[in-house]
Amino acid sequence: MAKDKDKIIDKVTGDDYKYGFYTDIETETIPPGLNEDIIRLISKKKNEPEFLLEFRLKAYRHFLKLQEPKWAHLKYPPVNLQDIIYYAAPKKQKEFDSLDEVDPELLDTFNKLGISLEEQKQLSGVAVDAIVDSVSVKTTFQDTLSKHGIIFCSFSEAVQNHPDLIKKYMAKVVPYTDNYYAALNSAVFTDGSFCYIPKGVRCPIELSTYFRINAAKTGQFERTLIIADEGSYVSYLEGCTAPQRDENQLHAAIVEIIVMNDAEVKYSTVQNWYPGNKKGKGGIYNFVTKRALCKGKNSKVSWTQVETGSAVTWKYPACVLKGDNSVGEFYSVAVTNNYQQADTGTKMIHIGKNTKSTIISKGISAGKSNNSYRGLVKVAKKAENSRNYSQCDSLLLGDKCGAHTFPHINTNNKSSIVEHEATTSKISEEQLFYCNQRGISTESAIGLIVNGYAKEVLNKLPMEFAVEAQKLLQITLEGSVG
Amino acid sequence: MTNSKDEIKNIPLKEKLILTFEENSEKLLGKKTSHISKIKQKAFENFKKIGFPDPKSQAWKNTDLSEVLSKDYEQLFNFSTEGTNVEELFQCDIHNFDTHIVSLLNGWYVNPSEQITKMPDGTIVGSLAKATEEYPELIEKYFGKAQNKNNNFTELNTAFSQDGIFIFVPDGVEVLKPIQMVSIINHEKNLLVNHRNLIILGKNSKLTFVQCDDAINHQTSFTNTVTEFFLEENSNLDHYKLQNLNNNSSLLNSTYFKQEKDSNLSTNSIILNGGIIRNNYHVNLDGEGCNSEIYGVYLMDRKQHVDNQVYVDHAKPNCTSSQLFKGILDEQASGVFNGHVLVRRDAQKTSAFQTNRNILLTNEASIDTQPFLEIYADDVKCSHGATVGQLDEEAMFYLRSRGIGEKNARMLLMYAYAAEIIEKISIEALQLRIDDMVKKRLRGELSVCDKCVLHCSKPDKEISFDIDMSKV
Amino acid sequence: MLLNIRNLHVSIEGKEIIKGLDLSVNNGEVHAIMGPNGTGKSTLAAVVAGKEGYEITEGEILYKGKDITDLSPEERACEGIFLGFQYPVEIPGVSITNFMRTAINEQREYKGLKSLTASEFLAKMEDKKKLVEIQSKLTNRSVNSGFSGGEKKKNEIFQMALLEPTMAILDETDSGLDIDALRIVANGINKLRTEENATIVITHYQRLLDYIIPDFVHVLFEGKIVKSGGKNLALELEEKGYEWIKEEVERMS
Repeated sequence: MAKDKDKIIDKVTGDDYKYGFYTDIETETIPPGLNEDIIRLISKKKNEPEFLLEFRLKAYRHFLKLQEPKWAHLKYPPVNLQDIIYYAAPKKQKEFDSLDEVDPELLDTFNKLGISLEEQKQLSGVAVDAIVDSVSVKTTFQDTLSKHGIIFCSFSEAVQNHPDLIKKYMAKVVPYTDNYYAALNSAVFTDGSFCYIPKGVRCPIELSTYFRINAAKTGQFERTLIIADEGSYVSYLEGCTAPQRDENQLHAAIVEIIVMNDAEVKYSTVQNWYPGNKKGKGGIYNFVTKRALCKGKNSKVSWTQVETGSAVTWKYPACVLKGDNSVGEFYSVAVTNNYQQADTGTKMIHIGKNTKSTIISKGISAGKSNNSYRGLVKVAKKAENSRNYSQCDSLLLGDKCGAHTFPHINTNNKSSIVEHEATTSKISEEQLFYCNQRGISTESAIGLIVNGYAKEVLNKLPMEFAVEAQKLLQITLEGSVG
Repeated sequence: MTNSKDEIKNIPLKEKLILTFEENSEKLLGKKTSHISKIKQKAFENFKKIGFPDPKSQAWKNTDLSEVLSKDYEQLFNFSTEGTNVEELFQCDIHNFDTHIVSLLNGWYVNPSEQITKMPDGTIVGSLAKATEEYPELIEKYFGKAQNKNNNFTELNTAFSQDGIFIFVPDGVEVLKPIQMVSIINHEKNLLVNHRNLIILGKNSKLTFVQCDDAINHQTSFTNTVTEFFLEENSNLDHYKLQNLNNNSSLLNSTYFKQEKDSNLSTNSIILNGGIIRNNYHVNLDGEGCNSEIYGVYLMDRKQHVDNQVYVDHAKPNCTSSQLFKGILDEQASGVFNGHVLVRRDAQKTSAFQTNRNILLTNEASIDTQPFLEIYADDVKCSHGATVGQLDEEAMFYLRSRGIGEKNARMLLMYAYAAEIIEKISIEALQLRIDDMVKKRLRGELSVCDKCVLHCSKPDKEISFDIDMSKV
Repeated sequence: MLLNIRNLHVSIEGKEIIKGLDLSVNNGEVHAIMGPNGTGKSTLAAVVAGKEGYEITEGEILYKGKDITDLSPEERACEGIFLGFQYPVEIPGVSITNFMRTAINEQREYKGLKSLTASEFLAKMEDKKKLVEIQSKLTNRSVNSGFSGGEKKKNEIFQMALLEPTMAILDETDSGLDIDALRIVANGINKLRTEENATIVITHYQRLLDYIIPDFVHVLFEGKIVKSGGKNLALELEEKGYEWIKEEVERMS
């Protein structure tokens, strides 16, 4: 009977990746390789101001001194950075004033992904910045947003139109010296999204960036910079997919968020990069540095992530709680299947007084995958009355996967309270029998129970995303039953 | 990963040790052809290669040994009592605590009459050096078999250790009288001690072993001990570790437990003083149906540093392990807890629990805790928790509202906090004594003075709080 | 005949629990199975529902004339067998609404019926809620998570009402209920009674049978039905206790 269950788990976890198609669009690429000339070429192609090129070169020179980190619970063949194409852009790119100028193939791609770039066709109010390979192809609702003084555009556009803001805020939260991948990104990043919410403005619609790797042999290195000025609020969504390929493709992104007094940023991710096939061939290496600085008093940042894709994930969205009374939250569901590996978690750095953080992490491992939670909660000497609560649960489906928990607590203040709890379990026979007895097949029962298990986190996602995420969990683990 | 800057720093002591070993290799290795000699030679070659740990490595980044390793130490390759009055030094008269005492002075076994004793029930207790001569077959079977390969300090110990305690409990024997090991460091110069203990519990046997570490003068010492415990099928070990050292001493205490089918381990560490204390616990559940309880309490102040590293390896199914470590850190004291539970692929039906709780009393004190779970089997019950906080303010208020002064109320709550571990001590006389020591410790009256860790020569039976403890 | 159990022998890990049990249930009937603890009452319920870990060494279970011993638990459920659990299982994060909607639609799919739409389902649920005097809030909570004993049992009857089984087996549905909850649960069961369906009530005490009037009462003892009778047998048992049965069995053998 245990065998039967294994079979069912195999079946429900063996579903195919439905975003794996490749779009044949004309693409402009530069030769593969990583050196100063390539960096100069990228900068030139993007018509960047001098300060940015200087920044890239400084980052690159620092990068050369670094070694790839090995501390994560991950095993993968090394990436040859010289084989990667650092710039690939759909042709016909230039300034798109209307959708008519966008390659219809590309529009079709986004329609297939369920993302409409045609504003009038959108049901819900979500503004999208669509990024394909190295460049942003379209940002919707820019006019509506600008009425509120909100700047929402591609990073490249911001470099051209708001260089002062870029200069002031870029790399202030994640300096290029931060880590190996951050240094690499700082040297070769191509595009990304930029968002500025002015004082006192509540962004009326959800902002969203959609990342798509399309071209072969390319790496995606984007940067996102979000600034929430005093008293403002924004909910930001991020989604991503890639075609099915036998080679591993590298995605090394940086997300920086700066939150001023009384402002709040909600950042949600549904990460669905191509995870590789059932035998572990191909898939995206997802090495991402995400960090938010709660700079002002009473500021708040909330990271919510649903991680279902990528062959290897290395990602620790962090909150630096510098302002007094600031709040950091991290809600995560990470599902690994087949040969996927995820080493993900968060860092909560308490610096200001009365700062609070909450960590809820749900790991689900299936197949031969390994899923690790890694977290740091640090309380500095002056962070009086700070609080942290962490709950990290793991669910194992099958006996060939691994579920690991690596929390780290470092406290230097006597008035703070830090609590960490974690459990590891599997779906019990009793739960399955109870569902079966009501006529629910084991396959649906597993899907139902897994979704229930992740509910605490899924509930934190904006409505439109929650539905997608729930579906994704079912696709990854459950098959077709709704 | 090596770091050139730190390596240079390490060179003096490492190089010195290598030279010393080569100079004294005859004394250290004994008969060149013997089994142990080969193990030691190999350990030395390995230490030569790996040296001291990288201070930036995960395992060492929170415990800074740079000062300890930058000092100059003397090593004693021959036993000498140095004119210390041995008989006066080792005496333990805890009321009702009748133990068989074995003593180590500066790492050497001390016994005026005989070096090794075989008791009527067949239990052998004595010097490891002597046991190597008299029971080579036992030594060959067990020595070095539980220890971790490639642990820098264990390799150092294997290469340099010459003596320590040896205990062998034959199959089916229950040793009624607890065996108490008192290890004292007393030397006029900075001393490096590498002593080694080997304790074997035969099938269906039972042993209570109390391990006390103490330093009697205020000289700097660096003690690097390794103890290997073998628990054969269905054996039962009740183990206690008492650590009360001076602030100049550094103690690196590695304890390896290898458990066979249905064996039971309970180990309880009471850590009250010490400059730098690092305890490595390595528990290998290598048979089905084993149970391990690993407890510890640490009460540190001044600039003391305590580091507990617990590694529990669930290699076989149907085993249970629970860890509970609690600490209070005052003044500039710092604490580290690093727990790691590994549940291997086939270790189904494992239950593993891990808890670390800490109280910080000042903003200068710090704690770094990492309770890790690494799980490859699905039918398991595993949980862990870690907390850092303060004394319960509600309880404080409650006590004060009953007329208890703030200072006493605080002490009372700290005592109650530590009591959870103390209560797990199953020998009543020892429990009372340790209870007494903890109270003294909390009142700041416990110091490292003459005599052994238990301070039997000055029993302060009068120690009590001004209020009724039963109110807690 | 709806359910016909013939010479059933069941073992768990080699130990025989049910030792030659016969039981026939017709449409429209209510049977009560009583007996002391550990005589195989819950085992019987679990075996009919198809729980794994039980080995049928002899005999057969015919349901609607077909042997069901090779059917999976969900196939039996779809065929109309319902088990009211003695200890309902908690499923955190899964709301009762979601749980029941999945169950109903899977059962409908099995029968070749169209899925209920959300509004059809909600209407049906509102209707059945009244039957067991269940509060609206309960259906938004996770299945059995943090429920009181009474809430768990009411929830079982509520599910029975929604799934409309032909053969309901209620395992100790009365245990752990206060008198009000007992009345509500019993009323629910009575209201669900039709000419077509049948119910087996497994109970330790006679108390429940004050509310649910059985057509037959069976006494299960050491894996066999040792005595059967009408509703008065329950009263007799209440009065004389199970010792009486033991003596009677011993006398007969």
